Amino acid sequence: MIFAIALVILVIGSVLFHFLSPWYLTPLASNWSTIDDTLDITFLVTGFVFVVVNLFMAYCVYKFRHKEGARAHYEPENKKLEIWLTIITSIGVAAMLTPGLYVWADFVSPPEDASIVEAVGKQWQWSYRYPGEDGKLGSVDTRHTTTKNPFGMNPEDPNGQDDVLVLGDMHIPINRPVKMLLRSQDVLHDFAVAEFRVKMDLVPGHVTSLWFTPTVEGKYDVLCEELCGVGHYNMRSYVVVDTKADYDIWLSSQRTYAQTVSGDNAGASMEGVSASEQGRMLAISRGCVACHTTNGTPGIGPTWKGLFGKTETLVDGSNVVVDEAYFIESIVSPNAKVVEGYSPIMPPSSFTDAEMKALIAYVKDDLK
Amino acid sequence: MSNVAHDAHDYVPPVEIPEMELYHPKTWLGKYIFCQDAKVIAIQYSIVAIGIGLVALVMSLLMRVQLGWPGTFDFIDPAGYIQLVTMHGMIMVVYLLTALFLGGFGNYLIPLMVGARDMVFPFVNMLSFWIYFIAVLVLVASLFVPGGASGAGWTLYPPQAILPGTPGSGTGIILMLVSLSLFIVGFTMGGLNYVVTVLQARTRGMTLMRMPLTVWGIFMATVLALLAFPALLVACIMMLLDATIGTSFFMPAVVSMGQQLDYEGGSPILFQHLFWFFGHPEVYIVALPAFGIVSDLLSVHARKNIFGYRMMVWAIVIIAALSFVVWAHHMYVSGMNPYFGFFFATTTLIIAVPTAIKVYNWVLTLWRGNIRLNVPMLFAIGFIFTFVNGGLTGLFLGNVTIDLPLSDTMFVVAHFHMVMAVSPILVVFGAIYHWYPKITGRMLDDTLGKFHFWTTFLGTYAIYYPMHYLGFLGVPRRYYSIEGTSFIPESAADLNVAISIAAIFVGAVQLVFLYNLFVSYFRGKEAGPNPWEATTLEWQTADTPPKHGNFGEKLPLVYRWAYDYSVPGAEQDFIPQNVPPSVGAQTVDDEDEEDYEQHS
Amino acid sequence: MTISLIFMSALMLVVAWWIIKQTVNTQPWEAKAGHPEIGRFSGRSLPQPNSKLGLFVFLAVVTSLFSLFISAYMMRMELGDWRPLSDPGLLWWNSAALVLSSIALQWALIATKKNQIETVRNGMVLGGFFAIAFMAGQLIAWQQLIASGYIAQSNPANAFFYLITGLHALHLLGGLVVWSMTTIKLLAGVELERLRLSVELCAFYWHFLLVIWVILFSLLLST
Repeated sequence: MIFAIALVILVIGSVLFHFLSPWYLTPLASNWSTIDDTLDITFLVTGFVFVVVNLFMAYCVYKFRHKEGARAHYEPENKKLEIWLTIITSIGVAAMLTPGLYVWADFVSPPEDASIVEAVGKQWQWSYRYPGEDGKLGSVDTRHTTTKNPFGMNPEDPNGQDDVLVLGDMHIPINRPVKMLLRSQDVLHDFAVAEFRVKMDLVPGHVTSLWFTPTVEGKYDVLCEELCGVGHYNMRSYVVVDTKADYDIWLSSQRTYAQTVSGDNAGASMEGVSASEQGRMLAISRGCVACHTTNGTPGIGPTWKGLFGKTETLVDGSNVVVDEAYFIESIVSPNAKVVEGYSPIMPPSSFTDAEMKALIAYVKDDLK
Repeated sequence: MSNVAHDAHDYVPPVEIPEMELYHPKTWLGKYIFCQDAKVIAIQYSIVAIGIGLVALVMSLLMRVQLGWPGTFDFIDPAGYIQLVTMHGMIMVVYLLTALFLGGFGNYLIPLMVGARDMVFPFVNMLSFWIYFIAVLVLVASLFVPGGASGAGWTLYPPQAILPGTPGSGTGIILMLVSLSLFIVGFTMGGLNYVVTVLQARTRGMTLMRMPLTVWGIFMATVLALLAFPALLVACIMMLLDATIGTSFFMPAVVSMGQQLDYEGGSPILFQHLFWFFGHPEVYIVALPAFGIVSDLLSVHARKNIFGYRMMVWAIVIIAALSFVVWAHHMYVSGMNPYFGFFFATTTLIIAVPTAIKVYNWVLTLWRGNIRLNVPMLFAIGFIFTFVNGGLTGLFLGNVTIDLPLSDTMFVVAHFHMVMAVSPILVVFGAIYHWYPKITGRMLDDTLGKFHFWTTFLGTYAIYYPMHYLGFLGVPRRYYSIEGTSFIPESAADLNVAISIAAIFVGAVQLVFLYNLFVSYFRGKEAGPNPWEATTLEWQTADTPPKHGNFGEKLPLVYRWAYDYSVPGAEQDFIPQNVPPSVGAQTVDDEDEEDYEQHS
Repeated sequence: MTISLIFMSALMLVVAWWIIKQTVNTQPWEAKAGHPEIGRFSGRSLPQPNSKLGLFVFLAVVTSLFSLFISAYMMRMELGDWRPLSDPGLLWWNSAALVLSSIALQWALIATKKNQIETVRNGMVLGGFFAIAFMAGQLIAWQQLIASGYIAQSNPANAFFYLITGLHALHLLGGLVVWSMTTIKLLAGVELERLRLSVELCAFYWHFLLVIWVILFSLLLST
């Protein structure tokens, strides 16, 4: 009796939880309403089975509970019943599968006119590449990758000269299909934006892809959803969906590959922004904050809060006072002097002098 | 049977089975440590598996503590967290569930249920356990080496598994791979035993279709495991070579931590194919024994034959066969050729049909039964409920389209825990409550058992049902903490707290179970030979607990299937398998009886 | 994975077909003592010794292992950096040794049926000799390859060559352990009756490893 009631309560509770809880899919911001529809169909079918099977079981547990002198019914099998149940189940399965396959067919064939954006993942930061005016991405090779050439661009390839390289947030225009090419330089990552519904792994040695059409303006979180090491949970970025006009303005302010090579900084419009604010934005966009907290708690690396002037003990037992020279050294060749208690796992990075100044200003002044 | 005519020409003389030469231990060491009796090996397997499983349980609680109250407990750092994730998963799936179902239940139940004196290769069986034991020791050792245990996730995906951004990428991962290889070697030895024993050492009259479903489940799971584990072995060996001598089987050209590494051209996806070619059958290696055992629990305690026995057997066989063609549904968003999605979504959803039939038949076994809600029965019905839930959410993830938003989120975690953790563990508990009287001769305490059931059943449902909704929100799995996103509401943190509290509660009540196991061994009620009035052979042994050699002087003869409950006209509501038809509902002529005896 | 898939599917189909054939026409709930097939059923599925069936099951596992290696080989081969290595000519001689080894064991096996203990001894010793010659030849082939610069690290084709041939040799080594135990007993004068099964299983295992080698060798040659 108690068990039957418990089962009924669990069924009703589960259904109520589904309808009343505030936790469900985030509001959709792309064309993939069909994915949500498929999900709804599956919910309908499986929910029906869940309720019917469990309520029937509750009924059995109550109705056929042990009674003195009672005997169970003897029936080894019932072919007709089993065949009917098989047929009904198959119909239910087909009802769920068919729309799923149609939507998948859509997913694997991106529209011809989709614009191309490449996302590049490495532990534990995102960067993006746009094909530039010629509409073609230049060729790349992991073997070209250095701190000065973080994308691994082939310097000889003319197609790559006008590629727009973005180390910060990714921008895309609204209502235009986007085909994302995904590439990784070290380990597996996964490009996922909850509001767009689609996701795909980044696999070193391969180029994978996904496509979607953003339909709502806004700024969305990009998360890495394939375990990629200690900094996995902090491998974040943003994708900003702009109007076409805003997008064009943003794109024209970004630096091309040729400009980064020649050191021409014309694109970056940082006028009117304080150095420490520039540093803060850099720290976020270049992924520093994945490992270095700004609130004093130790992360994967030492915290930046109150860093300057601190005396750190190194793994070899010696001490060092953190000053600008040590700070810069730790960025350029991070594994030279590792602080005790931390692993030598920081990738070296390259910043321009101006950027380095901004970063120092941020850590020194804002995070005293 | 009087109505079956048999002429001389269709008489098939049985092959004589010589009495098996039993191994007789001479020393204490031979009797309790290096013992070749399958029952002792079963207990050894179970104790080690449950012991290491408890370690993994504590690991899961540490993870929940971090997720519920992020930043409160300093001793869990991001590296430690993913090490916990990795070790918890690997231990639970391989070292607990596989070892317990096949090494533990398989060893104890197969010989007893098919009417054999022991496994056919007792020495190899003993080796199997000791290699397993060494594998566990190596795994535990990896926790204490410099750099710690591997933190690559239980899937051990390269490149990260062997690159420095992951904890334990040096010694930790190597020990993990060595331990897995040892496990596979040890398991293969045991597996040969289970298969050959089922095929060759059944007692007279025990046809395949008279075997209890428990034996069917364990048998097919072993066949699956024997064929699937080599895939893991191949992956382990190749990754070991990549990690140690620097080959490039799985490793492409990478820049790790600013360093160009010497690897070139390998494919991480190749590893994933190999891993999941093992990994998906592994799900059924755990599920099929659970299916079998739960069928028997339901039948015994509902006093009714399992409904549609033949369909149940075929469903087990079909599920086992299909489980080899669905592996890539774990890889829909892995970057493999996307066109594979069509094929694997279809096969995956097809496998739902035989699985659904099993569920229907369990429920139909209850229908018009005479249900005794003993503790094992509570767990069996609890299993149906959680398995229906977990099985249905599998239809979300198996359907390639819906996998896009849900893969790599907490929905996946909730799904596979419901179907692969909670459901089999409920069966394990049910099975322990069911067979403990045979193993020890004493009953487990009923009140503590009921308390254990209700807290575990409701508690685990409270953990995992709401967790699906974190997945719908888009909360990723394997995240040390999820702060500062725009799309996850504050309230998700409250839900995490609630889940963590439920998890700690469920973890704590397992102490009651351990207490019950321990105390009942000394003070439990005397069970007698057949406390549940069951038909299968293990309840018909001469001694309880069964002595070495299982069945006294003479092996039992089997005259009927394992499910003669509530047969119309019979005196009692059960007829053991070794009772000749004349005693039951049907009659047998004397000549036949003699015939039968003279060949035994 | 196609190779493995085909193998697994074939094997599972055989298992499923066998089981369903065994079970489709039975009404398990009918308790029949006198039925020729059910009542007098001996409890054995196959009229074979247990150790022989054990070997069959083990060989299924080994086949699964090698089919997976071959699958991995074929998948890895598709990728761009594969540079095939030139197989040393010595492998042909080694193959011949393995064939002779198999023939010698078959000879011993036939002799067991005729109770010619001398021939059995000769066959076993000769078989073992050729098997050891094969292993030595493989080792020399490795050394030749290493000497001519085919390092495992430099290309996956090389790595696979060492891995696959090494694994095959390891299985043969396992066979040699059983072979040596049997041969020692034979030479020590243990009666043939007690060793007949061991000789049979050795011979069968040798033939199996020969088939595997032929498949591996043709794979190495053709790629």
